[in-house]
Amino acid sequence: MWQMFTGVARRELVSALRRRADVLNPLWFFMIVITLFPLGIGPEPALLARIAPGIVWVAALLSSLLALERLFRDDFIDGTLEQLMLMPCPLGVLVLAKVLAHWLLTGLPLLLLSPLVAVLLSLDMSTFMAVFWTLLLGTPVLSLLGGIGVALTVGIGKGGVLLSLLTLPLYIPVLIFATSAIEAASLGVAYNGQLAILAAQLVGSITLAPFAISAALRVSVN
Amino acid sequence: MLEARALTCVREERTLFRELSLRVEPGDLVQIAGPNGAGKTSLLRLLAGLSRPFSGEVLWQGEPIQHGRDGYHAELFYLGHQAGIKHELTAFENLAFFRRMHHGQSQANLWQVLAQVGLAGLEEQYAGQLSAGQKRRVALARLWLGGPRLWILDEPFTAIDKHGVKVLENLLLTHTDAGGMVLITTHQDLSLCAGRVRTLTLTPSLEE
Repeated sequence: MWQMFTGVARRELVSALRRRADVLNPLWFFMIVITLFPLGIGPEPALLARIAPGIVWVAALLSSLLALERLFRDDFIDGTLEQLMLMPCPLGVLVLAKVLAHWLLTGLPLLLLSPLVAVLLSLDMSTFMAVFWTLLLGTPVLSLLGGIGVALTVGIGKGGVLLSLLTLPLYIPVLIFATSAIEAASLGVAYNGQLAILAAQLVGSITLAPFAISAALRVSVN
Repeated sequence: MLEARALTCVREERTLFRELSLRVEPGDLVQIAGPNGAGKTSLLRLLAGLSRPFSGEVLWQGEPIQHGRDGYHAELFYLGHQAGIKHELTAFENLAFFRRMHHGQSQANLWQVLAQVGLAGLEEQYAGQLSAGQKRRVALARLWLGGPRLWILDEPFTAIDKHGVKVLENLLLTHTDAGGMVLITTHQDLSLCAGRVRTLTLTPSLEE
């Protein structure tokens, strides 16, 4: 089973890296939003520090949404999704491999970009650490929850609007706790409570989302 | 042994077939015939477990396929309308992926298999750059890897040239002779298999 998990994840990574534009687009979008804010509202550190949590997380959320459709749409069109569902391995395991590969390409790069974000928004060290931790715990949740939405809408030709309507409400808890953690950090208050809740969301979605995604895929492919 | 009991398939408020029962034993080669829209593909997808019947059930070795999915899938090769191969990977990588997933014990030499399906020299081409027939050949190359006993092939000959069809028909015969099972839809005549093939004709129901 482990061999199949790595097999799917590897194929996913290889085929995504050969279509670099699809991978870079959401990251590029994330960076543009973050760069434009200081230009648009002025570079006062106090003002930026006040709105930084919101900017970082709204940008992360939208870029995740932008990248989301790629998760199953191509596979649905070229028939590899059908083949995935006929493999001698529980579908949830394979789905988890796909989501992991997706996160490595869309969530992990945000973490790598976060020092740059800190410079652009003139964040201090403790706030930057909070940004880093919330992105580390929060972005996998976005990929997992988003996967449910994509799996549900993949059978519908133009599922774009429906997808955002379905997934954004699920993203709200992550947004609230992540921004509140960053805000607490910028005020110099402890924020491990918020991080604990984000971690709980992560554990919950890792265990439950694969089942929901595979059930949704079975409905969509039906 | 694959068995379908009283399958009823309803698509978009239209009953495609009602109370269809079917039994495929080792050594059987079954052709599903019928005009376009008669429900051939729907039937094959039901049998593969990709979709759920409106009523009735599909059994593999006497067990409903939903219960022993992994065991059933290990014995099943399904080829649908789409080839199910990744365009960003080469022909070789696509086949290697399927070997890893489905044919864990297979010792077949992938280069040899690809040469057998007429893709010699194209192994390192991205599948997206291959022609429609060549893509189909990459998917069909899995038949040479061995393993699954039940083959469900939906229009496997689409875009395959005459010589390729002949090779494939021969392969179907060897497979059924060795105790395999084949379910196939095609609009072409299976000339080589003429004596062996059982035909199931779906007729569109006129009652509404």
